[in-house]
Amino acid sequence: MSDLFALRGASVHYGGKAALSDLSLTIRRGERVALVGRSGAGKSTLLRLLFGQAGEDVALVSQELGLVKTLSVFHNVYMARLRRHGALYNLANLLRPWPREVAAVRAVLERVDLAEKLYAPAGELSGGQQQRTAVARALHQHSPVILADEPVSAVDEHQSRRVLDAICEAHETVVLAMHDLALAIAYSDRVVGLVDGRITLDRPSAGLRPEDLDELYGG
Amino acid sequence: MSSTAAEALPLRPPMSPLRRATLGFAVVALACLAVADIEVSTVDPWTEMGRLALGMVTPDFTATGALLESLLHTVSFALLGVAFGNALGFALALVFEWRVVRVGCAFVRAVHELFWALIFLQVLGLTPWTGILAIGIPYAGIIAKVYAEILEEADPAPARALAPGTGRVSTFLYARMPDVLTHFRSYSLYRLECGLRSSAVLGFVGLPTLGFHLESAFAQGEYSQASALLILFWVLIATIRQWLRRPLLPIYLLAAVALLPAGLPVSAQSAWNFFTHDIVPYPLRTAETIDVAAVLETFEWLRVLLVEQALPGVVDTLVLTMIALVATGLLTLALFPLVSPRFLGRWGRRAGHVFLVVMRSTPEYVLAYVFLQLLGPSMLPAIIALSLHNGGIIAHLVGRFTEALPRQPQRLRVPDRYFYEVLPQVYPQFLAFLFYRWEVILRETAILGMLGIATLGFYVDSAFADIRFDRAMVLILVTAALNIAVDAVSRSVRARLRLRTTFETV
Repeated sequence: MSDLFALRGASVHYGGKAALSDLSLTIRRGERVALVGRSGAGKSTLLRLLFGQAGEDVALVSQELGLVKTLSVFHNVYMARLRRHGALYNLANLLRPWPREVAAVRAVLERVDLAEKLYAPAGELSGGQQQRTAVARALHQHSPVILADEPVSAVDEHQSRRVLDAICEAHETVVLAMHDLALAIAYSDRVVGLVDGRITLDRPSAGLRPEDLDELYGG
Repeated sequence: MSSTAAEALPLRPPMSPLRRATLGFAVVALACLAVADIEVSTVDPWTEMGRLALGMVTPDFTATGALLESLLHTVSFALLGVAFGNALGFALALVFEWRVVRVGCAFVRAVHELFWALIFLQVLGLTPWTGILAIGIPYAGIIAKVYAEILEEADPAPARALAPGTGRVSTFLYARMPDVLTHFRSYSLYRLECGLRSSAVLGFVGLPTLGFHLESAFAQGEYSQASALLILFWVLIATIRQWLRRPLLPIYLLAAVALLPAGLPVSAQSAWNFFTHDIVPYPLRTAETIDVAAVLETFEWLRVLLVEQALPGVVDTLVLTMIALVATGLLTLALFPLVSPRFLGRWGRRAGHVFLVVMRSTPEYVLAYVFLQLLGPSMLPAIIALSLHNGGIIAHLVGRFTEALPRQPQRLRVPDRYFYEVLPQVYPQFLAFLFYRWEVILRETAILGMLGIATLGFYVDSAFADIRFDRAMVLILVTAALNIAVDAVSRSVRARLRLRTTFETV
């Protein structure tokens, strides 16, 4: 298997303050990696760095979600397919959705239990529903790779598992930033822990317990 | 695909209220277009257009004395008029909860500056006060309303926190004023830009501002002179933030007072006559005694005036306004990317800004005049002039609004970015701006009436030219009523669609 991402000695500064320092990380195709650590440890910065390094075909769920709140859930999810169609086809779909696009988007929404909100404006959804819309959009991109920053932070326990199942089924390579350690371990085969912009832990998930990660959160 | 809740959904989304409103306005505009006279009637416009284009690229700045003088007069009238309107408007905003103030303000701002100027010319003659009041009075009405809205939106908590017994003036100065002052300042600056345009336009009825020289230059075919005047005016408006410094304002105002020409006042007798004689309806004025016959005759006079002039004027004004409104909207949607960071880089946006400044600060009168030459007399030149001018203004506002939009993770191609990302997010704001301009567009049709396009402004202008001030007054009242009605409709449409906008944009 080949290396998908390879960082060597990467550093990122925000206004003089180091967000990531001298960080090296290699992720191969087919891996499922969970990034864990306290908030501010650099998980989001690392995900953005990976996204910037990647070629075209990577789906991203950012913490800001990036939904167009005045558009319907359908159109927001469809946005993942914009570049596969011509501008005229897209414009027509905005004015009058193509039935086959509606069917495709509905199928994706069902995987995150949101089909009944197909035509609701994204701005009128709850926080958890908006998050699931953003995940559905990423799924609809049909990329082999997904980078997701806290994709289920506002979703309840039961639905979190549904959403993470959907993410893992649909992508060959998965990189998740997670704050729920049990879920992080359950949905990854490798856990990478960050403290103050440095990697201090990099272990296979198998056999790992949440208590083993306490060192990341101590002190 | 098995969920029953999802199966029950229709294949197509329900139509959103914004989309329905858009469709409604488009249908009305198309219907208006069907009845409007938009025929192109010039046989050979190209000779004149060629001379015009040649004049535009060869501006003649040699008449520096006259150019500079008209420019200084334009700025002086604008500064003093807006200062007057600001002071009066501020005072009225404090008592805006009084019904009489609200109704009075609605009335004075419903009458265009040009009509105020025509009235004050009769009462005060060609004096500085005519120009100052023609700008100051309607502006006071607008400013009072906007300032009152700003005061209403201001945080009431500081005033509540004051110890009981604090005086009203102290409460206002300490707990209210600091919060609203920045809004007042930025709105005043915006009003001054409008004031410069208004001041230039007042030249068309004889005040010694830019419009006066512009009209004579156009009428005599001196297009090189006209283009010099226009270029100076564009520069003046584009650099307003550079030359208008707050510490310099008192000096500017004093200089403005010193610079204004003394003018030619009318006699007190003829001013008095204007109110007691000239504007009294003709049958009443000439009747020997006010009896039943005189009153009946006055009603007949009024009926004929309303049916023969006001009614066709109202119809044409509304037809023109509705077409111009929708054309303005389309133009705005096409132009706002020129100044939006989502579509153009820094240098591209700069060029876009210059383009939009030229569009919005060229007086509609000039635009309409040019297109009259090109297309011949019909409603078409007026539609083009109004939509270019207003499209330039709203495109600027919408473009600025896009600066604050959140960015998408994926970079989309330009058409997709426009239709899926930017347009849906700016659309409510765009409609709010457009509906705010509705009543402004209606008011601006007045100017185009002076070019012979048969709006209400045309009938008012003709009445003044025929020295029939009694008719002019009735027609101005009709115009004001129409403005107030359209403003009310616009407000109810905005409320129903839940559109809101910031104060700085009225």
